[in-house]
Amino acid sequence: MAVLLLGEVTGGELSVDATSKAVTAVKALGDVTVLCAGASARDAAQEAAKIDGVARVLVAEDARYGHRLAEPTAALIASLAGDYDHIVAPATTDAKNIMPRVAALLDVMVISDASAIIDADTFERPVYAGNAIQTVKSKDAKKVLTIRTASFDAAGQGGAASIEDIAAAEDPALSAWVGDEFAKSDRPELTSAGRVVSGGRGVGSKDDFAIIEALADKLGAAVGASRAAVDSGYAPNDWQVGQTGKVVAPELYVAVGISGAIQHLAGMKDSKVIVAINKDEEAPIFQIADYGLVGDLFTTVPELTEKL
Amino acid sequence: MKVLVPVKRVIDYNVKARVKADGSGVDLANVKMSMNPFDEIAVEEAIRLREKGVAEEVVAVSIGVKQAQETLRTALAMGADRAILVVAADDVHQDIEPLAVAKILKAVIDEEQPKLVIAGKQAIDNDMNATGQMLSALLGWSQATFASKIEIEGESAKVTREVDGGLQTIEVKLPAIVTADLRLNEPRYASLPNIMKAKKKPLDEKTAADYGVDVTPRLEITGTREPEGRKAGIRVESVDELVSKLKEAGVV
Repeated sequence: MAVLLLGEVTGGELSVDATSKAVTAVKALGDVTVLCAGASARDAAQEAAKIDGVARVLVAEDARYGHRLAEPTAALIASLAGDYDHIVAPATTDAKNIMPRVAALLDVMVISDASAIIDADTFERPVYAGNAIQTVKSKDAKKVLTIRTASFDAAGQGGAASIEDIAAAEDPALSAWVGDEFAKSDRPELTSAGRVVSGGRGVGSKDDFAIIEALADKLGAAVGASRAAVDSGYAPNDWQVGQTGKVVAPELYVAVGISGAIQHLAGMKDSKVIVAINKDEEAPIFQIADYGLVGDLFTTVPELTEKL
Repeated sequence: MKVLVPVKRVIDYNVKARVKADGSGVDLANVKMSMNPFDEIAVEEAIRLREKGVAEEVVAVSIGVKQAQETLRTALAMGADRAILVVAADDVHQDIEPLAVAKILKAVIDEEQPKLVIAGKQAIDNDMNATGQMLSALLGWSQATFASKIEIEGESAKVTREVDGGLQTIEVKLPAIVTADLRLNEPRYASLPNIMKAKKKPLDEKTAADYGVDVTPRLEITGTREPEGRKAGIRVESVDELVSKLKEAGVV
């Protein structure tokens, strides 16, 4: 049995956290080969080779993979699929874009967001915004899946896998990259941060989100937001935690002015310790919080920031 | 240009899904069902393209149980011109997998020849986030998922996508599949006169067999359970108490 794992490569760099969590998820299934594809992918491959449990690294370095467009990347993976029983990737937005396309090219169903691997054919995954966990047994010859990284610990370092170059596959040339708008931040990345401070509609404005950011910076935390806060324009889309945003499971999650809609809870309820600060004592977030503080966030959060 | 919009009938966004006691699935009997929220956004975007004169016709398609007629009527009331229902299941508990849905949609598209398909990025029941991408692969078309902005420019579309880290803009050749994310637009409510008018708009009914598509699931659902519950903890009375509890817990 062999596993092909699409390494998460962005701008030539490997996301070690996402990739090594996916390695943990699948290493019991067979030898893991990590594919690093990008306009520059060699540095990423060096990093991937160091992840414990990786047997081999393939490098596809070509301009056509520079922005992880779905069509060329899916064509590349499908061209390699013959040698593997499982084709997997951490469930990032890139993988969610690419992997269902790979599955359809291979005429198999995709298994999105697997939260547990039971055996080679059987997987668990959350459905209905995490209100149910489904066990699915695949009847397909090959399994294509994305891995919910929040459900797995990162594999350690210390591996020394071999690295091989591979040729690029044919590019269907259906789409072209135009530009990125990525905010630069010194804060930790949301899905891998040990601490997360999130703000909701209760924060009230984009300017007042500074209160959330100040607490996050004091804690060395990433900043998250509820869908309501993002929809209202208080926070950028990539901060959204929830069913359709990012799924996080940090050591500490502080929810400020977040009522606790089902779809938000889907993205954070696996956090180790949850703190909720909300002026509404009936807010559903208190039903899952380890520590709840009923109070005005505009006074309690600055006070908390000062006292930590 | 013709725009095709697939829509799915799912448990209403505001209803909490309950797992059946026997672990066979989520109880959907006597539960309020509505159009998948992401599909509403897709319908809205298609209608706006028609209102801007970019699209001439908006066709809504639903695949599932017969009751999905109601979902299509909603799309028609919002402003879609006509609808196609492909009945592929008898039981509301039978979810048609994205791969089978994509195959049926491909067959519909071969007949209808739209230049653009706008789908919701994800259905809020199975949370697969796959149909658009799979359809795009089967057709050999370009794909632009998780769209927050769509601009049609001649024979291509410029699409801004919500991705990890921020936004990415790509240009896709038409015909293309675009999947809608939350920030693409705010869907309108259908007015009462439009709901009445929608009853007279054409709604064709087909079956999966008409298109020769086998909808047998590839993934056998062997069990459904409640997630591990999380108990409410304690209320703290002050920031000082919170700080000391967090220190005790060793998280700060």
